Amino acid sequence: MTLNENLDTATAKLLERAAPGRAEFEDLVVVPLFAVAVALALGALTMLATNVDLATIGRSYVALLQGSVGSLSALSETLTAAAPLVLAGLGLALGFRAGLFNIGAEGQILMGGMAAVITGFSLAGLPFPILLPLCLLAGALAGAAYASIAGILKAATGAHEVISTIMLNLISYRLVDYLLRLPFIQKEGRADPISKSVPPNAELPRLLDWLDPNLRVHGGVFLVIAAVIFAYWLLFRSKIGFEFRASGANPDAARYAGMKAGLIIVIAMATAGALAGLAGANQVLGVLGRTSPGFSAGIGFDAIAVALLGRSHPVGVLFAGLLFGALEAGGRQMQVDAGVSIDLIGIIQALIIVFIAAPILVRAIFPWGFRRGEQK
Amino acid sequence: MQVELRGLTKRFGPVVANRAVDLVLKPGEVLGLLGENGAGKSTLMNMLCGLYTPDEGEILIDGQPVHFKGPGEAIAAGIGMVHQHFMLVPVFSVVENVVLGIEPTKRLDFLDLAKAREQVREIGRQYGLEVDPDALIESLPVGVQQRVEIIKVLFRSADVLILDEPTAVLTPQEVQEFFEIVRSLRDDGKAIVFITHKLNEILEIADRISVLRNGEIVGEGDPADLTKETLAEMMVGRPVSLSLGKTARAPGETILDVRNLVVLRDDDRMAVDNISLSIHSGEIVGLAGVQGNGQSALIEAITGLRQAASGTVTYLGEDITGVSVRKRHRMGIAHIPEDRLRSGLIADFTIAENMVLDTYYDDRFAQAGQVVWTRAERWAAKAASEFDIRTPSVFLKAGNLSGGNQQKLIVARELSRETKLVVAAQPTRGLDVGSIEYIHRRLLAARDEGDGILIMSSELDEILALSDRILVMFKGRIVAEFDAREAPPDKSAVGLSMAGMAA
Repeated sequence: MTLNENLDTATAKLLERAAPGRAEFEDLVVVPLFAVAVALALGALTMLATNVDLATIGRSYVALLQGSVGSLSALSETLTAAAPLVLAGLGLALGFRAGLFNIGAEGQILMGGMAAVITGFSLAGLPFPILLPLCLLAGALAGAAYASIAGILKAATGAHEVISTIMLNLISYRLVDYLLRLPFIQKEGRADPISKSVPPNAELPRLLDWLDPNLRVHGGVFLVIAAVIFAYWLLFRSKIGFEFRASGANPDAARYAGMKAGLIIVIAMATAGALAGLAGANQVLGVLGRTSPGFSAGIGFDAIAVALLGRSHPVGVLFAGLLFGALEAGGRQMQVDAGVSIDLIGIIQALIIVFIAAPILVRAIFPWGFRRGEQK
Repeated sequence: MQVELRGLTKRFGPVVANRAVDLVLKPGEVLGLLGENGAGKSTLMNMLCGLYTPDEGEILIDGQPVHFKGPGEAIAAGIGMVHQHFMLVPVFSVVENVVLGIEPTKRLDFLDLAKAREQVREIGRQYGLEVDPDALIESLPVGVQQRVEIIKVLFRSADVLILDEPTAVLTPQEVQEFFEIVRSLRDDGKAIVFITHKLNEILEIADRISVLRNGEIVGEGDPADLTKETLAEMMVGRPVSLSLGKTARAPGETILDVRNLVVLRDDDRMAVDNISLSIHSGEIVGLAGVQGNGQSALIEAITGLRQAASGTVTYLGEDITGVSVRKRHRMGIAHIPEDRLRSGLIADFTIAENMVLDTYYDDRFAQAGQVVWTRAERWAAKAASEFDIRTPSVFLKAGNLSGGNQQKLIVARELSRETKLVVAAQPTRGLDVGSIEYIHRRLLAARDEGDGILIMSSELDEILALSDRILVMFKGRIVAEFDAREAPPDKSAVGLSMAGMAA
């Protein structure tokens, strides 16, 4: 009896969860914050080096702040820009967790967007509560199907997903160009490649246009929240998510434990593609209203950075997406107010990723921000 | 050259890896350094060879204090280390590996290998380390690769050689040859540190023994005055029983029956060549053999990880030749994989997650497509305390556990299901005496409950201690079978058949 009691107390003790370690906190919060700070500082140096005077630099960073969070309209723009980044970033994060370095979000966004717009104008007669979900579903399915090509190639032949998704991106650009000239898709009376418009009853509704018709923030925000919750559940609660993570962390151990590697690759790619496809649908149904060549506008590549910055964690991706959305919205303001090119924002975004990828460098620059101790 | 370590202390954050260690290395003497994994042997030697700087204490060479700023300075001072994991470039030749980092050059930076080649031959002749200087490393057996590592150190004119677990990769015959080499080095006046956790070996080769536990020297002595039992007790800190007290047990029904099994390697070469064997309830079958003779492929075929090219695997009367890994698990086949970190567990996952790595889908833990983690965690905590896994919490990453506790985690996961057949590959490789004892007892207990057990091990002692029947594999075939029910068979007879010679 005493032995059993001892075992019971031992068991209970093993179930005590330690508070999250300082090291984790530094990794997840402190390093990204410092990375942003250093990137902004280097951005300022870049401006200095190109003969921008100090006053303008000051003005441009004030504009960056105002344009991203300084007003209701700025917030609306930030959210609008962040939504597709978060959606596609979540898909990429799922892939990363499963050990798949999917570069193909761009192509999956294009396919998702095309499917959404085609569904929208083809079934324009359907009422809003049916048509909108149908368009979103079409977008997700198209993205999933397109990403599955790379998944199946990897599972069946071992073709590396980095190569195949890059190639699928290139194919998707030309495929969109081609589709946009088909009479069935091309807008009537137009010679340039542009699709018919999404009917109003397929649009993601504007949320704040009753305050000001210029506020573009739309129903995609709810899509983002749902997707974050879904991705979190999938990764950390579901059986298939456990399989994703196991395969990503140690494919051999996953195989030894009886998980089916090929199936997991295909499902993970399809899920990633569905989220990217949703990002495409979100853009088409919420912002653009139609498709044109290259309407993905590099979101699929920025989303890679978002997923990395968010450490492939759904909540991290949400914050990283918001940051990138803010930089984009603020960058536009910066261009208007201070005349600084928006390309600078691209540089700052890239610098953030460089510093996130080199945490030891960040620790070296800000030694006082971290607990001293032996490096791992 | 005499080396003296005085009061060496090394801390990693709050952890004290070495505390006030004193040690003397004398020329012409083999010092056996014994200790469990994590006792601080490697940290101590890494200080000696310049990889770590001691926090306290000093290193004296012939009475003069030295401070190494890096491995380069230690090598220059004549201290060389042969690591457990070889540091060789597989696609380079022997001589290229030997000169790596100190390449002799002619004019215009052309490599001058001719001289080095001659030196390699000379070192080989002097110490019985013969090896073809132009052979590619990847074409050499591990025993020979190890010679290359030693030549590398001697080429840099080391007077002190640190050998870290050198016998881990060798067959019993190779170990004897290796001991000859160590003795010839000693007789030539080299000071040798022989690091190991194997009691037999240290008693055989060492001239003096120091035992390290929790970073401190806890015992020293002359091998003539020491026994395996006293050494084991010093090492673990409590009395350890080295004999398992295994009782003979009559085998029961057939659990596993393998008929005419042929298994191919990835490159389509023959790995298992027409093997038939059976395992019965209440029986431990030991699979002996030098690594690379098809044992791994045989185990992969039995556990479903590799398709059989022909032949059948029958389990409890049912043909399972084409059945999936998952299905075999569910039918009661447990598998303790050969390499715990590569395929046994996921270092980045928590203990709880690892504990359900192959049962998470089961109704006990999962419902409606999700894993109910509270249930899995509670179960993991129970299994962890039952199987004596030393950890403060099941939410810790498995990678933070010691090797012994990692292995216990795998054993706990595999044996706490309903099993009928246990396939254990290298179940105690690299573990300390205490963990080995524990895992052996668990395997015996599973046998006594009526499981059939197949143990593959490159440690012949382990096979001899546990098995009721021993099968020896050589070049994909079973070349000998020994009955070990009443008494273990002659070790040298088994060793000879492992080398492909008829017993």
